[in-house]
Amino acid sequence: MIPFDYHAPKTLQKAMRLVREHGDDASVLAGGHSLIPLMKLRFAAPAVVIDLGGIGGLKKVTAGHETITIGALATHYAVESHRLLPGKCRLLPETASEIGDVQVRNRGTVGGSIAHADPAADWPAAMLALNAQFDIAGPSGERAVAASDFFVGLFTTALQAGEVLTRIRIATPPENSGGAYVKMRQSASGFALAGVAAQVALDSAGNCASVAVGVTGVASVAYRAHAVEDALRGRGLDAIAEAAAHAADGVEEFQEDHHASADYRAHLARVFAQRALTRAFERAT
Amino acid sequence: MPVSKTVGARIKRREDPRLIQGLAHYVDDIKLPNTLHVAILRSPYSHARIGAIDTDAAQNLPGVKAVVTGSDIKDTIGGIPCAATDPEGFPGIKVPHHPVLAIDKARFVGEPIAAVAATSAYIARDALDLIEVDYDPLDAVNSADAAFADGAPVLHEDWDDNMAFTWQIAGGDIDAAFAEADHIVSQRIEHQRLVPNPMETRGVLAEYMRGKDQLTIWSSTQIPHLLRTQLSIMLDMAENHVRVIAPEVGGGFGCKLNVYAEEALLGHMAKTLGQPVKWIEGRRENFLHTIHGRDQTGVVELAVKNDGAILGLKYAVTADVGAYYQLLTPAIPTLTGLMLCGSYTFQNVQMDLKAAFTNKMATDAYRGAGRPEATYLIERMIDIAAHDLGLDPLDVRRKNFIGTDAFPHETGTALAYDSGDYTAALDRAVEMADYDALRWQQAELRDQGRYLGIGFSTYVEICGMGPSAAMPAGGWESSTVRVDPTGKVTVLTGVSPHGQGQETTFAQLVADGLGVGLADIRIIHGDTDAVQYGIGTFGSRATAVGGTAMVHAMGKIKDKVIKIAAHLMESNPQDIVLEDDKYCVQGAPESGLTLAEIAQVAHVGVGLPPETEPGLAESHFFEPPNFTYPFGTHIAVVEVDADTGEVELQRYIAVDDCGNIINPLIVEGQVHGGIAQGVGQALYEEAIYDESGQMLTGSFMDYALPKAHNFPRFELGNTVTPSPVNPMGVKGVGEAGTIGSTPAIANAVIDALKPFGVRHIDLPLRPEKLWKLMQERNDDSL
Ligand SMILES: Cc1cc2nc3c(=O)[nH]c(=O)nc-3n(C[C@H](O)[C@H](O)[C@H](O)COP(=O)(O)OP(=O)(O)OC[C@H]3O[C@@H](n4cnc5c(N)ncnc54)[C@H](O)[C@@H]3O)c2cc1C
Repeated sequence: MIPFDYHAPKTLQKAMRLVREHGDDASVLAGGHSLIPLMKLRFAAPAVVIDLGGIGGLKKVTAGHETITIGALATHYAVESHRLLPGKCRLLPETASEIGDVQVRNRGTVGGSIAHADPAADWPAAMLALNAQFDIAGPSGERAVAASDFFVGLFTTALQAGEVLTRIRIATPPENSGGAYVKMRQSASGFALAGVAAQVALDSAGNCASVAVGVTGVASVAYRAHAVEDALRGRGLDAIAEAAAHAADGVEEFQEDHHASADYRAHLARVFAQRALTRAFERAT
Repeated sequence: MPVSKTVGARIKRREDPRLIQGLAHYVDDIKLPNTLHVAILRSPYSHARIGAIDTDAAQNLPGVKAVVTGSDIKDTIGGIPCAATDPEGFPGIKVPHHPVLAIDKARFVGEPIAAVAATSAYIARDALDLIEVDYDPLDAVNSADAAFADGAPVLHEDWDDNMAFTWQIAGGDIDAAFAEADHIVSQRIEHQRLVPNPMETRGVLAEYMRGKDQLTIWSSTQIPHLLRTQLSIMLDMAENHVRVIAPEVGGGFGCKLNVYAEEALLGHMAKTLGQPVKWIEGRRENFLHTIHGRDQTGVVELAVKNDGAILGLKYAVTADVGAYYQLLTPAIPTLTGLMLCGSYTFQNVQMDLKAAFTNKMATDAYRGAGRPEATYLIERMIDIAAHDLGLDPLDVRRKNFIGTDAFPHETGTALAYDSGDYTAALDRAVEMADYDALRWQQAELRDQGRYLGIGFSTYVEICGMGPSAAMPAGGWESSTVRVDPTGKVTVLTGVSPHGQGQETTFAQLVADGLGVGLADIRIIHGDTDAVQYGIGTFGSRATAVGGTAMVHAMGKIKDKVIKIAAHLMESNPQDIVLEDDKYCVQGAPESGLTLAEIAQVAHVGVGLPPETEPGLAESHFFEPPNFTYPFGTHIAVVEVDADTGEVELQRYIAVDDCGNIINPLIVEGQVHGGIAQGVGQALYEEAIYDESGQMLTGSFMDYALPKAHNFPRFELGNTVTPSPVNPMGVKGVGEAGTIGSTPAIANAVIDALKPFGVRHIDLPLRPEKLWKLMQERNDDSL
């Protein structure tokens, strides 16, 4: 066994002190559903593991009039089963419900998934579509990073050494808005071969007042499909098909493996953009 | 079979409470003091020369007790056996030495190179990283085609090519059949490589008691006795000093019907180290170094008349058998040859097989073992023929079915099908599916650009393996039935159940046969010191062969019990009957005796009839006169998403005929699991090796097993055509679901894509494959 020290701080302050003390030698542990497999395969070998699971304050999910907050340590299931979220922001519980299976959702955390930035993870698509803000604690205090600046590349985020993601903040969508997440599962892992999250707000005429579309599984990093959004803004339901055709525009590096080719992934992005937008429109009216 | 008392009833499995409460004892649950843990260094290369192996650093790691390499053991442990290399069956077969640890060449990724024994599993694993092996990588052979290509690297350099063996079967007059045909329907068909994936991986615990020269091996195996024999040979020990125990075994599907390197290696290490040693296979190791299934690619030609009558079938096929043989490797594709005629009357048949050595794990028996390939190809060819001739695939099947009055039916491959009523099963399934309504619905949906498909599979398969003359290593089975002085009954069976439920079904047979309660019966299996020699569980044989041995042994007990009862009641044995669990003079149950009362007399030894041995235990070794041939009709209804190619399995109807049914609940369970595995092959599963011989699908993140949410509720039915081969009239049901379902799904998906002119697609039917086909060819009807 590759030995490591294990700490289970009870407060964020203590956790941050440990993170500062151990620097690059340390990894923080959330649900462990990605970190532990990596350690078992000896791909990751942190000398110190700092378990955030005991910090109660990081697990809270709130759904207010203006803001929805998700503690970084909230499990997927906590989001899936939250009483108020279906009414306030359907996209969140819908995304959560598409992750893994019940055991995975009971163990894996939203923050862990976001910090890990697997190119096929589901949350990044939804976070992009909801313009989420990520609160980050670090050696030099706190900062907030927008989702669109956060996912940098394959398993790479804007998190710097010694930083911990503490909370996700989302502006509660206004009346007349709707969101949806549509995904095809990679048949073995259940991760997204392609997943599209769409969030729209409609004006009084039923046209698209604002729209954001996040795509995961398709490229080396989850991305906003700006071309789709631009083609749809100000237009109605009948413009969706045409707009969705742009869902893979501008992708530089596609994911490609024996499960699916780049072409097929791009195609799925288009099909699911259309389906997610259609459903989002229906939910907004 | 009439429900006398328990036989035929839906009795819950007696095994399940311990399994679902975590009270079962698998190999890893057995703890012996002072055990060393073994980790195995495996080749990272598919093909490489092995130079020096430096084990010093590993040896010096605190906690490490031993490091063993191929050269250390090459003179002390014999080669891994293969029981199917008879040159009469396989003229010119090449039989390479299969070392327990590779010696100068590694031939597949995962091949064992060295083993470490240490005081903990962690230390053993750490030590692997300290072993330095000098590899000189060679080009890999990653398919049968590559193996046969000019200038291909040769795996076994004792020979100059990679042709492992050839095999042929022919029946009837194939040339005449093809000359007479209106059409020759031809198709290249692949049966992709699969990984069996039992829930419990393999594992071995070995203990050697020097004072008694006694080696005990606990192994997750389907064949404890055969394993004992082979280990005694490999380790050069007297067989009666080797004991093999198969404790609780968490599934096998054929992959534990084998003799593996680790079983011999741990036996050897226990002996030389003087401490117990344990190795529990990891899931990744299981993917790489537990046998694989299928992997045949061939061209099928079907000679047909315009009306759909089949005249003959030719199959020219290559099998990619991997780098070495395991226990039955060469025998598996021969089962495909035997079953090529399916449930149909045609007699003219020919199969030419070439088998290739490649840089992969060996193939061997995986649920169905050779029969799924046969059923898949004949059932596919029927649909292709129907497609080409413009006939309903159902009509083509009916037209060619072997008639109910034609049994026993001799096939063109010289099998004698025991009994069958193929039309009855088909009619029942068609009625359950409401076939005409389905076709109507299909037409409606097609008009809307939606693609519903209906697929049939009318399979017949070989079970109850089998007459010894037709088996590589014995096809009989054994049983001992013992009655204790208190009337408790113990059965010692030579079969080795690992999920099939014989602790329940065998007890049902005993309860009815001897007049005792289920709770008074114990079924013991899987311990070679406790149980007389037997063959094991595979090939859907445990009940048809092992159960029959038990019924015969029980019959001998019953004769003796009746003789004693008659003597005690001053009556004639012919007048004694078993009524309400009492042995009594017909019509006078109140004065009868229970089995316990008679057993007591038998053991006290006083009051026995003259010339009667005391005690109450009997054995029987049963040699089956034939195989049994279960059959059925499966119907799948699928919808293919035109935008994505995703397949939704909407309905699944299965009517199986496995002869008489001892426990419908268990039969349904076997069918459920079987269907799931067959659907896995049709839609999801594929073991992929890349160009360099690395396995791309070496974990559950990349190898897709079907999951519960992929299935609708199965609609099951039965017909019952008893087998004349055994007194119970049972056939076997362990593999039927798998054999029946793969073609049903494939036929349904391909039927859905008929508007695109699709007539065949190789498995697995991944969404992208289907989407691409729909892209390339438009639906002309729209
Ligand atoms: C069988 C299985 C199926 C799955 N299926 C899916 C699926 O369908 N879709 C999907 O999206 N995901 C899936 N997952 C992943 C799962 O959703 C996990 O939640 C996710 O991988 C990581 O979350 P975690 O809480 O387990 O993080 P951990 O494994 O604990 O950590 C992951 C990484 O993030 C870092 N980290 C964790 N928390 C923080 C933080 N607050 N701040 C900074 N860094 C942090 C850790 O140091 C580590 O490097 C699956 C996982 C498994 C095991």
